[in-house]
Amino acid sequence: MSARDDILRRVREALDGVSPAVAVPSAPRAPGRGDLADLFAERVADYRAIVTRCAAEEVERVVRDVLGPARAVVPPSLGLDVPGAVVDEGLTADELDVCDAVVTRARVGIAETGTIVLDHTDDQGRRAISLVPDLHVCVVDESQVVADVPDAIALLDPARPLTWVSGPSATSDIELDRVEGVHGPRTLHVVLVDPQL
Amino acid sequence: MSGTFVGMPAFPDAAREALGDTQLRRNLAHATRTIRDKRARVVAEVEDWEELRLAGAAVKEAALRDLATHLETLEASLTAAGATVHWARDAEEACAIVASVTKAHGVDEVVKVKSMATAEIGLNEALEAEGIAAWETDLAELIVQLGDDLPSHILVPAIHRNRAEVREIFLRRMGAVGRPAPDDLTDEPAVLAAAAREHLREKFLRATVAVSGANFAVADTGTLVVVESEGNGRMCLTLPEVLISVVGIEKVVATWADLDPLLRLLPRSSTGERMNPYTSTWSGVTPGDGPQEVHVVLLDNGRTRALADDVGRQALRCIRCSACLNVCPVYERVGGHAYGSVYPGPIGAILNPLLHGVADEQTASLPYASSLCGACFEVCPVRIDIPSVLVDQRAAVVDSHRGDRVPKPEAVAMRAAAWTFSDARRLRLAERASGLAGRVLGRFSRTTLPGGRAATGRLPGPGAGWTGARDLPAPPEESFREWWDRTDGGRS
Repeated sequence: MSARDDILRRVREALDGVSPAVAVPSAPRAPGRGDLADLFAERVADYRAIVTRCAAEEVERVVRDVLGPARAVVPPSLGLDVPGAVVDEGLTADELDVCDAVVTRARVGIAETGTIVLDHTDDQGRRAISLVPDLHVCVVDESQVVADVPDAIALLDPARPLTWVSGPSATSDIELDRVEGVHGPRTLHVVLVDPQL
Repeated sequence: MSGTFVGMPAFPDAAREALGDTQLRRNLAHATRTIRDKRARVVAEVEDWEELRLAGAAVKEAALRDLATHLETLEASLTAAGATVHWARDAEEACAIVASVTKAHGVDEVVKVKSMATAEIGLNEALEAEGIAAWETDLAELIVQLGDDLPSHILVPAIHRNRAEVREIFLRRMGAVGRPAPDDLTDEPAVLAAAAREHLREKFLRATVAVSGANFAVADTGTLVVVESEGNGRMCLTLPEVLISVVGIEKVVATWADLDPLLRLLPRSSTGERMNPYTSTWSGVTPGDGPQEVHVVLLDNGRTRALADDVGRQALRCIRCSACLNVCPVYERVGGHAYGSVYPGPIGAILNPLLHGVADEQTASLPYASSLCGACFEVCPVRIDIPSVLVDQRAAVVDSHRGDRVPKPEAVAMRAAAWTFSDARRLRLAERASGLAGRVLGRFSRTTLPGGRAATGRLPGPGAGWTGARDLPAPPEESFREWWDRTDGGRS
């Protein structure tokens, strides 16, 4: 008998006479906590990420200021003019390693947990480009911010690779003392765009 | 290159030795207090935490009770998404699959994401025997691997090491396996983390094959989920050409939406954060992005044994957050090594006997490594009633000795008690003897309990283990039945 058939047989035998019916209560939702964008900005900053809020027409200037002289890589369809940036067309890991920064969009922002989620479509690029450079500048529109995790789950497409980012890379592995900055980008800068401004 | 738990002594002996290590106790007390406080703060923030726990427990329980269906669905969705699915009955089969896929690519090293399943099956040792180096990339796993040490915590395997010890290990060992630590390395955690970043960078950039586990596997979409902090997981899941994920069959949840309560419960319970820095999800192969060859090894290794246990099945709901370790008064004092397994603490005390049975003395000692205080159940995000399973596993240990030719002393004592209590005349005689002992002790004992009752000191012989740390009150001079006869039930 193959390992597959053997394991499935064991599972069925183990559950012989056990009813598969389990009532699954729906998970509770967080109560409304005021303005989502404010909460999102506050919670992102809690992870010691940097948050800049600006109007739509200011985004390019803000991104330029954040980058300074840093050598940046951008995804194919960022929709922003980033002077001097390299557009990713399948850069190797070593080529990405000499880039200082990356600028991406995001698919969704989660206010309750201060999380941005990337689904790596063309305005965010391949997973590698938002991972190897040390500074990640992520442009999020306020309209993309949802209240909590279940709202994000409902919006996201599981067929896409997803990266949920909550602050810069961090570890608590030494004496459970949190320090920012290990393998992922050591600086996360979220530019939160307010269409009303 | 790391140690092994094989041949560990039973818990009481290992615990006695661990308790003598004052440095270990200081490290553990500091670390567990820190994490307990953090968890308490972020859990208190969630108004409906109990409802969230109920939802999380139900999602996992429902998946387990129809596991065969979900596994078949998972296999089909993974295959449709371009992944290759393997099945492994035990550790040996799983390790052989990983080794053979790695060898097929002609490489002699893999980078690894921290994974309990691969630690459980001893993958690193198995690969080493095949001439393949497995580089651990999680900071704590790196500390354990470089220090030729054993993991002592589910989330933070190097919790028993303090910053000075970590610095020492990095200075001494990094150079032998890659980029050495800088000479001016200090014991600041941020500096140590930076040294790990530099050391591992070259390994990430050149790796062809990565090995991971998965926190969850979604049946209907074929999605695997890895929850992490450092970005080492993202490096392994993204840069290499080949990804092999070893996934316990109990990691399955039915639907994408089922992830919701679990992704909210896990980070708060585990690292005490609203959300962990990075969560990666992927479904098979994405053309042009990440590994183009994806393997998933579905692992049994005792899980079907646990699944068949009506009381113990709930242990398979475990999402490896390690909250139960951090609150356990026993774990906090003895640390993880005394449990003799990659799964220490309260969950380890039930999971190991459930996965492997209680035939060997070491595993059989684990269900007793608890005061049954219940703190573990209270913090468990998926409501595993660990104390009840511990008691049930103690019964399993007792049952496993019923046929012994030489019975254990407690079995003899229980049999003698049953014989005495089953006959009124025998009970009366026993009560008289005990009353006499009480009178003698009352006169000569030097130990007095609060309230004035005499107690024995440490008993000799088989009673020593019990009375070494506990007072045994002197038996009352008069039994209840004697009192009843003498006073006509208190009326005279």
